Amino acid sequence: MLHVHPHDPEHPMADPRPDFVALRGLFPALHQEINGRPLVYLDNAASSHMPLPVLEALHRYHTREHSNVHRGVHTLSQLATTRYEGARQKVQQFIGASRTSEIVFTRGTTDAINLVAHGYGRKFLGAGDEVLITTMEHHSNIVPWQMVCAERGAILRVVPMSDAGELDMEAFARLLNPRTRIVACTHVSNALGTINPVARICRMAREVGAVSLIDGAQAIPHTRVDVEELGCDFYAFSGHKLYGPTGIGVLYGRQARLEEMQPYQGGGDMIVSVTFEKTTYAPPPAKFEAGTPPIVAAVGLGAAIDFLLEVGMDHIAAREEALLRYATEALEAIDGVRLVGTAREKASVLSFVLEGIHPHDIGSILDSEGVAVRAGHHCAQPVMDRLGVPATARASLAFYNTEADVDALVRGIHIVKEIFG
Amino acid sequence: MADMRNLYQEVILDHNRKPRNYGALADADRTAHGHNPLCGDHYTLYIKLSADGGTIERVGFDGEGCAISKAAASLMTTRIKGKPIDQALALVDQFRNLVTGKLDPETDPHDLGSLRAFAGVAALPVRIKCALLPWHALRAALDGDVEASTEGDSDPVHDT
Repeated sequence: MLHVHPHDPEHPMADPRPDFVALRGLFPALHQEINGRPLVYLDNAASSHMPLPVLEALHRYHTREHSNVHRGVHTLSQLATTRYEGARQKVQQFIGASRTSEIVFTRGTTDAINLVAHGYGRKFLGAGDEVLITTMEHHSNIVPWQMVCAERGAILRVVPMSDAGELDMEAFARLLNPRTRIVACTHVSNALGTINPVARICRMAREVGAVSLIDGAQAIPHTRVDVEELGCDFYAFSGHKLYGPTGIGVLYGRQARLEEMQPYQGGGDMIVSVTFEKTTYAPPPAKFEAGTPPIVAAVGLGAAIDFLLEVGMDHIAAREEALLRYATEALEAIDGVRLVGTAREKASVLSFVLEGIHPHDIGSILDSEGVAVRAGHHCAQPVMDRLGVPATARASLAFYNTEADVDALVRGIHIVKEIFG
Repeated sequence: MADMRNLYQEVILDHNRKPRNYGALADADRTAHGHNPLCGDHYTLYIKLSADGGTIERVGFDGEGCAISKAAASLMTTRIKGKPIDQALALVDQFRNLVTGKLDPETDPHDLGSLRAFAGVAALPVRIKCALLPWHALRAALDGDVEASTEGDSDPVHDT
């Protein structure tokens, strides 16, 4: 369905690359008009759209398969449980985790990081201990650590970055010390697109006895992630940036880490036994999934993973790399445009400013042309402060975008310049 | 694009490029900071009242934000300078009603003058807060508060 000549014995030399035009056809939301113009959706780093196989899985679940999970002996409850736990297994295989019990479903990346801050940080951080983060973190990988550090008397340290938006790895090495308990770092910067050397970072953390948490929200849609290869203790990401629905995220945690963590919320489904004197918690992942989970959202995430595996993450990475190159050249060619974030290793995220024109004005005018971009601080105010800009406009490309989408962005930017004279 | 021309009127673009009354007043007796935490735009408003405290004698502002918020701040200062406080407060209400589409500058009575240029904001709900931001700061300053936000309980210009 997805490939031009997939494994076709009649065409042994056929190009195995996916037919990206046909793939784009599977995303209904992309085929609509906004403000009287065909939608050009370039806000994938905020949230991506869902393909038909995901939408159909959501519909099928709601219409035929729904009940509560892990309860009751009736057929629908068992079916819902099978679907929910099946999604967990898909996630496990997708990120190369060694067992399903290392996959905790959460509401999203933010929820996953907060789970670690509460479940691990509050238990193991003491006065004078250190948590090391970086300048390019999203607020969701800053604020939970500030909160837990304030409570435990721990110290939050921050790795600086260069003007291009690359981490200062020498400073990283200097800041790591035996008091460092947790290293929390983003895999790909949401504001700049920088791909960080996270395998190296996890190794460095391990060498001083610290645990590592990688915020993978922006990385997992663009590249193949293998948590065993990365060597991280925790990896967090969201479903809705991975062509799945909102309301579902994943915390991967190494088995030993999850076992030593305290639960975040108490309730049903996270216990082995309860009396008024004593409650025995269930083992992970159930220990961290109190209450009825977002079953349908997990099912949707599972369907999104099936879809992505069929397309092939390596093909997606190559397609987005080509789009990034095309868009980078096109934007750099516009007089007055300055790209913010020019790291050597980048995902398909293009933050930019236009001389004398505020990003919100750029965003409004582009929207009137049907072009959806993000404008603002991208929940990364320290990045903006570091680079001396109040905000940026950000175009973030998915594999379903086209060169024509980039051309529409360029035309829109010229209209912005025309209006502002 | 026609809609955008309606929003980005020449007077708005002009005040964005060359904001009037820009800069702090060293002798201000009322100062308030207006902030939109969702987008990061922020302005500080400085007001020097008359000796009897009843009139805005001089006004200045500084800060950062989009063309809509900056022009709104600039045009606001030109409009309230020399005005009695009660008239300035009346303008806060009129301007809020203008940008939320509740005041038709063609048919309803008002004292908005060149502030009418912001009527086009009503068609773009996401930009209403941009236009209102400096007015939040004005209301806060006149109420004797030092902080105003477009969000939450500290929002002194209740709308929608």
